Amino acid sequence: MGNTTKTAPPGAAPIDAGPHRPDHGDLAALKVVPTRHYGRWAAAVAVLVLTAQLTHGLITNPVWEWGVFRSYVLSETIVQAVGLTLQLTAYATALGFTLGTVLAFMRLSRNPVLQTVAWAYIWIFRSIPMIVQLVFWFNLSALYERLGLGIPFGPVFWSIDSNSLIGTMGAALIGLSLHQAAYAAEIVRGGVISVDHGQLEAAAALGIPKLRQIRRIVLPQAMRAILPTAGNEIIGLLKGTSVVYVMAIGELFYQVQVIYGRNGQVIPLLMVATAWYVFLTSVLSVAQYYVERRFARGANRNPPPTPLQRARRFAANLRSAARHDAPVTPVGGGR
Amino acid sequence: MSGVMVDVRGVHKGFGPLKVLRGVDLQVRTGEVTVILGPSGSGKSTLLRAINHLEKVNRGWISIDGELIGYRRSGDKLYELREKDILRQRTHIGFVFQNFNLFPHLTALENIVEAPISALRRPRKAAVVAAERLLERVGLADKAGAYPRQLSGGQQQRVAIARALALEPKVLLFDEPTSALDPELVGEVLDVIKDLTRTGTTMIIVTHEVSFAREVADTVVFLDGGVVVEQGPPASVLDAPQHERTRAFLSKVL
Repeated sequence: MGNTTKTAPPGAAPIDAGPHRPDHGDLAALKVVPTRHYGRWAAAVAVLVLTAQLTHGLITNPVWEWGVFRSYVLSETIVQAVGLTLQLTAYATALGFTLGTVLAFMRLSRNPVLQTVAWAYIWIFRSIPMIVQLVFWFNLSALYERLGLGIPFGPVFWSIDSNSLIGTMGAALIGLSLHQAAYAAEIVRGGVISVDHGQLEAAAALGIPKLRQIRRIVLPQAMRAILPTAGNEIIGLLKGTSVVYVMAIGELFYQVQVIYGRNGQVIPLLMVATAWYVFLTSVLSVAQYYVERRFARGANRNPPPTPLQRARRFAANLRSAARHDAPVTPVGGGR
Repeated sequence: MSGVMVDVRGVHKGFGPLKVLRGVDLQVRTGEVTVILGPSGSGKSTLLRAINHLEKVNRGWISIDGELIGYRRSGDKLYELREKDILRQRTHIGFVFQNFNLFPHLTALENIVEAPISALRRPRKAAVVAAERLLERVGLADKAGAYPRQLSGGQQQRVAIARALALEPKVLLFDEPTSALDPELVGEVLDVIKDLTRTGTTMIIVTHEVSFAREVADTVVFLDGGVVVEQGPPASVLDAPQHERTRAFLSKVL
């Protein structure tokens, strides 16, 4: 950083001194002094000091009990609980978005009955808090002791005890999925209506079968609008699974509570849960980045490089700079 | 004398209170090129879109190669066709849009093979070979792997023409194919269409390019106010129009 500022060589005329036109031929030889942003420097220092304080506090405050954290974070119980959290997230995402897609196309269909039913479903399931709904499903047997198959309003051929059919885990999954479906439906519908109408006309003019139009032409383009919001929803769902602790299912948050209920180490165990949620969310965020990139095919003339490609290019530049003192390719450029 | 390929009889079409077509009659013979001219709002595009049933007409009927479009006749009743059958009918009608409407997430080649594979159930390999030949014909053999946004407007429209040709349609409909293009790109698209006129494909072209109409049309149709005002060979309609409205329009665009 130039503390010493080299201005024009001694003897040269100052640029706009006097009535004479400045000689622009000389300008190229002059050294450029960049503007100094003192405010930026001050703000950066303040923020860095605060961050250092916070980090220092985290490390040195004995109440965090990092030893306890270390002994639990990879323990079998916790890892199993994380597995259950992931299972709940994966199944509820799959079921929720499948049902949501069906509901979205019901709302978009020209059939008024389908439209109304889908609208009513979304209205109801967006209106009930997830925890209330979960407890409802948990107590399904109080509502219907037995569930059966048969003719509507007619005889029943086969029936089963409701509790043994769905169980706690089933109730949790149904609750999460049905809740998720209502939101997924609106996200998918938003994506579909964002696709240019001309695309459907072109597909129709070419005689492409209806289902294929949706699968091959509409959905891939709708995905561009669906993915950012869907990423939000899946991450929300991952964290939302912690709500099923009310049903005593051994997912991450429930298990953490059980352990700190036993040993009283509340803070380090909450940190265990936090660390896992942050880790899983980070993995999902990275996955989202790459999925979005894939569906952006054709949207940009030159797709921007991935962070990995950027890092590789940066490393290659460093290496070649070490050898020849010259960069091979610009770090940020196109393909 | 060749037979009638496209037969439009007494077609009316309105959007709410707005009456766009008020009884259009039009016969296009097999292998002929018909150019439709007319001021904007005269119903040219609506007529074209009615021919491949993108718009359902309110009255009248349209047939292609003797087959009613959108309906099936049984005795003294017309039954609306199911969507599936309408889609099958459309595979005989190529349509080129003003805004190209290429599928932006598919490459040029994938845009072209999509309909032959999914609608005509052609094997992929054969469809790809045919598509490559079509790309060559429109002068874009080297652009098979390019996405539409990587192509210029003129190139996109040429891919769109190849896509329409891939179904080997009985009729090709062009809806103002050069209106969305920069002036210097119009020529390359018109050249491709001109080239097609030599192959004896039946075509209906809606355009504002009067000199192009003069060059390629067997019949020029002047549409105004939702009716055919005048039609005939270019020499008579363009050079010696009988009707006042035709003369007024031509004086504005020429």
